[in-house]
Amino acid sequence: MRDVAIIGVGMIPFGRRDQDSLIDMLAYASMKALDDAHLGDKAVDAVYVANMGGGILQHQTGIASALVDRLSLLPAAADLVENGPASGASAIKNGVQAIASGYSDVVLVAGGEKMREVTGWRATDFVATLTHPESEYPYGITLPGMAGMFTRLYMEQHGLTAEALVAVAIKNQEMGALNPYAHVEMMITKEGIFDSPHSVVNNPLVADPLRLYDACPVSDGAAAVLMCPLEMARELTEKQPVVVAGFGQATDTHTLQERDDPTDLKAVRLAAQQAFDRAKLKPSDVDVAELHDAFTVLEIAESEHVGFFGKGEGSKAALAGLTRFGGKIPINVSGGLKARGHPVGATGVAQVVEITWQLRHELPKERQVKNAKVGLTVNFGGFGNNVLAFVLRRAS
Amino acid sequence: MEAKVANDWRLRGQRYRLEGEVCGHCGVAIFPPRDICPECGKPAKTPAPLSGRGEVYTFSTVYNAPEGFEPYTPYTVALVKLEEGPVVTAQLTDVAPKDVQIGMPVEMVTRRLRTHGEEGTIVYGYKFRPRVRV
Repeated sequence: MRDVAIIGVGMIPFGRRDQDSLIDMLAYASMKALDDAHLGDKAVDAVYVANMGGGILQHQTGIASALVDRLSLLPAAADLVENGPASGASAIKNGVQAIASGYSDVVLVAGGEKMREVTGWRATDFVATLTHPESEYPYGITLPGMAGMFTRLYMEQHGLTAEALVAVAIKNQEMGALNPYAHVEMMITKEGIFDSPHSVVNNPLVADPLRLYDACPVSDGAAAVLMCPLEMARELTEKQPVVVAGFGQATDTHTLQERDDPTDLKAVRLAAQQAFDRAKLKPSDVDVAELHDAFTVLEIAESEHVGFFGKGEGSKAALAGLTRFGGKIPINVSGGLKARGHPVGATGVAQVVEITWQLRHELPKERQVKNAKVGLTVNFGGFGNNVLAFVLRRAS
Repeated sequence: MEAKVANDWRLRGQRYRLEGEVCGHCGVAIFPPRDICPECGKPAKTPAPLSGRGEVYTFSTVYNAPEGFEPYTPYTVALVKLEEGPVVTAQLTDVAPKDVQIGMPVEMVTRRLRTHGEEGTIVYGYKFRPRVRV
């Protein structure tokens, strides 16, 4: 098998993008990734598109071939990857496997979602379609509702506090304010959302005990990466290559109700373990991580399940500032899903774009992790029922 | 999501009678029915209704509902651990959100879940209320 390198990345600012169609967004992010690599005449062999809701929200299918045509990359192979909110990482994994196996040389992966052209209720309903259609969906279960039930158990059993959740929200919005690609560029204070009389108004309950500022926004957005075999990277582009050192993927039960211990994010644990094993690295080698904080509680829980902290220690670490920029293990220096936004199909790709910038040392110094060499991403589909992790390494 | 009459008809056993399955090989109770035992992986097609008695394992009160559920907010969803073992996801009813507690004994009742579309098709199914039957 061949080592795979990321040689180009691109992203468009997340937010509400009424001016662009879904295909426009995917095309703009892809063009940025292609430009970033200065690929010249070298043809793209295959394109993998990550998108969850085109069929539901835009009433459009066949999105991958539409994008290849739009980009004039004919006759490149085109595939759509739908794997819920983990579609982005799934599409990258498909690209990595195609290159590693020798079937493809140059692969473009583009992830995008357009969620702001429908009402908030419709968007919540769209995301809820990934719950069990017989035993969850008909009962009014939403992803925030699941996260609420999960949070309550985590508080009961693993020492999680509302204050730790607030620390994550403040940290990620502070970092998002420094990220020009972030949807939410507003700083928040502890007083404003937690311990003052008006905090109850500013920060209402969404799914008890989770509040508004525990949840990511609903966003439009797209991101793209261009990959090739490491051995070709140096001749194709002068950009510092970033190596996909390892990936892992695991599936857990469709429903939360069927898990022996619903607070055990088994798929996160297994995916991260597999990614570290393949990379021959360990959690303590990671300099910077992008975790899937669709809700603040998930950043804390994932930071434990990937092995940064022991179970029950994640809250303390967040409160002690260990996961802040400049801390022991900076998490979501991009602002995470919480501030960058969560256009579901784009998220897994955006995480890899962010880590690539970090490992190339290309970011402005207020959010560049010094001398970063190894990065981790976790993309979490469903409520942890399909999880992918990537360990990325700066090529020597 | 639009109403699908065939879907509501197909699910009548589990929705109205909390009908699951029991594995003929390892004896485990299964809900929702899936025809393959999640414990031993063998075929499990013997229908078996559950008692509907259990306790609240965890819960959350939902304020932001998906389309179709807006008129019912806020409503409390819960994981209910049944006496036979399986855990069921359902709404709680006949109880104020502030009075719900983990470990609270509850029982299944049939209630209106929602209405669908312009025709107003009513969907019934299970909810759980604080236990009153002895």
